[in-house]
Amino acid sequence: MNLFRFAATPVFYPLAGRLLPWFTAAAIVLTVAGLYVGFGIAPTDFQQGEVYRIIFIHVPSAWMAMFIYLVMAGYAVVTLVWRSKLSAMMCRALAPTGAIMAVIALLTGAIWGKPTWGAWWVWDARLTSTLILLFLYLGYMALVEAIDDTTRADRAGALLLLVGVVNIPIIYFSVRWWNTLHQGASVSLTASPKMASTMLTGMLLMSLAAWMYAIAAALHRVRSMIIQRERHTRWVRQLFA
Amino acid sequence: MTEFGAIAWAVRRDLKVAMRRRGDILNVLGFFVLACSMFPLAIGPQREWLQRIGPGVIWVAALLSVMLALPRLFEHDHADGTLDAMVASGRPLWALIAGKLIAAWLVTAVPLLALSPALALAFNLPASSLPVLVGSLLLGTPVLIGIGAITGALALGLKSGPVLMTLLCLPLYVPVLVFGAGAVEAQAAGLSPLAHLALLGAGMLAILTLAPPVAALALRISVE
Repeated sequence: MNLFRFAATPVFYPLAGRLLPWFTAAAIVLTVAGLYVGFGIAPTDFQQGEVYRIIFIHVPSAWMAMFIYLVMAGYAVVTLVWRSKLSAMMCRALAPTGAIMAVIALLTGAIWGKPTWGAWWVWDARLTSTLILLFLYLGYMALVEAIDDTTRADRAGALLLLVGVVNIPIIYFSVRWWNTLHQGASVSLTASPKMASTMLTGMLLMSLAAWMYAIAAALHRVRSMIIQRERHTRWVRQLFA
Repeated sequence: MTEFGAIAWAVRRDLKVAMRRRGDILNVLGFFVLACSMFPLAIGPQREWLQRIGPGVIWVAALLSVMLALPRLFEHDHADGTLDAMVASGRPLWALIAGKLIAAWLVTAVPLLALSPALALAFNLPASSLPVLVGSLLLGTPVLIGIGAITGALALGLKSGPVLMTLLCLPLYVPVLVFGAGAVEAQAAGLSPLAHLALLGAGMLAILTLAPPVAALALRISVE
């Protein structure tokens, strides 16, 4: 089977349309189940009380924020090497979701930090690098939005993503090093070794929900982008005839 | 020899252009000094505070100054068509860019390096930390210019200009800032700054080899 067949937009558009309801439904079901397990069943944490429950939203969104950037970088390679248009559209479709995930991770981190650390924001290594990750997303989106020519925007954005993905580990380790040198007031959250299995289940469900949501949102956006870019082609006109 | 010839040609040409627009060099230097002098005015003249924030302020100001000077790298040449001629010339584009980067470093970063000890003294830094400050800037500024060349080539000719450059450059500048300012602070704290400087040097070597070809690719994307 040749996977590149699906990279043809007339093939991918209906395929994405068929897959979209499934991913949306999975996202909704998993979110409801995950929230129920996380907020209803999982036991109260011995040390942190009820406030720890925000991790059911915080951790999956932080994971997705990092992971989506890696996925975008993967699509960026495909864009630069094979000049594939669809992969570039996938990059652009994923970027807002990744940025939203980073925002959610930062907000929930701040809300969790206030009662736990006593401050809305501490310059903790993970918080700081997530903030920089958010700026990398915003920079990517600003660059591709600023370029009118689609091909140039796609390829320039892809190259920026690759520069960014090479830098992410360097940024992370530099920030961590900076953080350990400046022994500030921050208390690092060391994960408790034994996590109640219901907590783990809740986290797993919410992570899967975040995955499904990200895929659904990206497919939805990429479909709109295909229609917009190929509005002059015959197959799109036939579609809306 | 064509590569070296192209590098030398680009260095000479960009230096000549820069010498005919000396005001630009002075503007960047003026920005550097002004940005640094805003901080004592904002937080007060207590000597120990200034000593504490000095390395960080000087490094941030240097970073912003380099970023402000970046549009000179490609934008003027893009506006008058020189850049298109360079891309079409058949000469190795990475070599031409390498030459432009060397010239940009000589014109932008060297004056900053020369001025930084004076600013360090204004921030009451001990004389013993001056070599570390200058050394960290010496190793760090090529990285700033190299990264800026890539982002500048990507954003070539766009109207969003400086704001977009800030958004593209500053997140990538974070490690340089951390290690650069960290070197001076480590020395002030009685630790060895060598680890910071070694990492900066590694970054410089990496960017020296990577920036010209990647910026050349970015330029081709933007021009073609």
